[in-house]
Amino acid sequence: MPRREITSGNWAFAEAMRQINPDVVAAYPITPSTDIPMKFADFVANGKVDTNFVTVESEHSAITACVTASAAGARVMTASSANGVALMHEIFPIAGCFRTPIVFGLVNRCIGAPINIHCDHSDSMAERDAGWVHLYCEDAQEAYDTAILAIRLAEHKDVLSPVFVCQDGFITSHGFEPVEILDDAAVKAFVGERDADFPLLDVDHPVTYGSFAMSEYYFEIKRQQIEAMKNVLKVYDGVAKEFEAVSGRFYPKLDRYRTEDADFIVVVMSSASGVVKDVVDELREQGIKAGCLRVRMFRPFPADEVAEILGTAKAVAVLDRALSIGGTAPLAAEIKSALYDCGKNIPVQSCVYGLGGRDFFPQYARELFMDLAAGKVSREERYLGLLE
Amino acid sequence: MAIRIKDFTEKESPLTNGHRMCPGCGAPTAVHQGLMGVESPVVVVNATGCLEVSTTVYPFSSWRVPWIHTAFENAGAGVSGVEAAYVALKKRGKIDKEIKFVAFGGDGGTYDIGLQALSGALERGQDFTYICYNNGGYMNTGAQRSSATPKGANATTSPAGSVLPGKLQKPKDLTAIVEAHHIPYVAQTTLFNATDVAEKVKKAVETPGPAFVNILVPCVLFWGIDPSLQQDICKLAADTRFWPVYEVVDGVWKLTYKPKKRVPIEEFLKPQARFRHLFKGDGAKAMLEEIQADVDADWQVILDRCGATWEA
Repeated sequence: MPRREITSGNWAFAEAMRQINPDVVAAYPITPSTDIPMKFADFVANGKVDTNFVTVESEHSAITACVTASAAGARVMTASSANGVALMHEIFPIAGCFRTPIVFGLVNRCIGAPINIHCDHSDSMAERDAGWVHLYCEDAQEAYDTAILAIRLAEHKDVLSPVFVCQDGFITSHGFEPVEILDDAAVKAFVGERDADFPLLDVDHPVTYGSFAMSEYYFEIKRQQIEAMKNVLKVYDGVAKEFEAVSGRFYPKLDRYRTEDADFIVVVMSSASGVVKDVVDELREQGIKAGCLRVRMFRPFPADEVAEILGTAKAVAVLDRALSIGGTAPLAAEIKSALYDCGKNIPVQSCVYGLGGRDFFPQYARELFMDLAAGKVSREERYLGLLE
Repeated sequence: MAIRIKDFTEKESPLTNGHRMCPGCGAPTAVHQGLMGVESPVVVVNATGCLEVSTTVYPFSSWRVPWIHTAFENAGAGVSGVEAAYVALKKRGKIDKEIKFVAFGGDGGTYDIGLQALSGALERGQDFTYICYNNGGYMNTGAQRSSATPKGANATTSPAGSVLPGKLQKPKDLTAIVEAHHIPYVAQTTLFNATDVAEKVKKAVETPGPAFVNILVPCVLFWGIDPSLQQDICKLAADTRFWPVYEVVDGVWKLTYKPKKRVPIEEFLKPQARFRHLFKGDGAKAMLEEIQADVDADWQVILDRCGATWEA
């Protein structure tokens, strides 16, 4: 029987790792994801897992060891945040191109300077073109469930991709809340065992990974990656449904909340969506047709579905917890692009909020919806909760 | 057991012919000689560098054994990951073969940008052998200086000019730095005879735990030598004591080659175009004297570590 525990996002992710019992974990501590390797080390020290836990000397070595272990045929997991993620930057596209499945607990934290340990999405957004699947979780339950689901997605033969499972630093990673933990046996049966194609350790069938490909071949290899990433959109729902059969919880690519007949929709990712959904309920009681669209899958970006959901709205606001200084914030850029491609000229207000862990309060969402309703939509990026 | 040349000729090298390394390059020789003595199947991890780009030009590969390259500074971490996967899968009964793991990096990928990843891997005590094919500079990018470049060498980022006589600093003692990790096997050698590399690498691979072999190899373009002089120049490196040949087994240092007579450093430097400027003018002479003094002092340090004496 599943059990309910009061736990944090980090501990829930680590608990999923215990149940998955991967072959190799190579990790290096960094706030706010440190709890994950720490908790996992505890499992190793007490015989709760028999994973080969490689305590590397940097994040760069952590991700390198994950890539080569995965190429060797092992099931591999790790976790990191912020500057650790930035230090891994060089290796992420290599993992993507090698098509090496890795499930990565990315606990979102801002990138300095100024140095700051709190949440925003600037670390993962900087990796959005690395050829990884990006899944953003709203709460600890979802982080736990997604860790398990992502194993099957990453290792799916039509996908073979590393996956980031993102949760908000401190807000989710250190917030304690009830989480339903599945039976060990149910998780074990769901994830099964990895059946690797072309593993490096098959010495009777030697393979070369990471060769030198110049302009005659590079482009074609990248094209193959594009196709594999498109496959994620095709197979994801099937994997999510299988997970639902085990857990009773279905996680769509896009979490729509009262969007069906909504005139005004706020698009958001991760933990802030709870606040937006509360405000949607409040405004609905006042007769305002508000809705919330939470983007859970950011890569590949489900653009067609996004356009379909937003296509009937009168106005849309997009909340980004990351910047693209001198350009359009990452989520807003995707949303505008998706709408443009399907010929929808819907006013879109781009808003940046919560940088460096700045709190996101209901009144910000309330004011935003009221502005959408009043037709106050500008091409200028807005900054919510900024003191100026 | 000593390795016989006959054993080489009867065995297929893990590295095929037809790769794109330069004629006379010491790196493929180090791979051939090193891996020919190894009995078990090996998986090779390669740092970015000449050996990597010239042996895996897509869609071809010169490697008969499993091979992986990710980046420049991380061969130590790369070999850690593969070895970790092997240990895990073996424990879970998914692999039953005995497999050995060998990483190759140039001096750029080992002395400099990859030193941290190497140090981490050594400290973790995983079972692998790391071979540095050390040609004393960044050859893949066009003969820039590294921290292994000899004092006085003309390199493209430490050129010999009208004011500066090439590189001013002596190389770091990487083999001693590696030894300071207290790993079970460390060796330093060069391609000065046909079997020393094979014997040392065989020992390294068969030793459980981390092992390291630093092999001085010529780059014919950078060093400016005739390709046919590969073994001769390496012999001069050993005989002038520029490159002492030794091993450290479980912390015990042992000189494994003692030059029979005192050969001045000029004999190693003079055949190489990268030191040509040291043989012109009076100022350069001071540099030669300084290099000889370094060699004599460093040799004494090695003798002391080995508890050895040398008279020639």
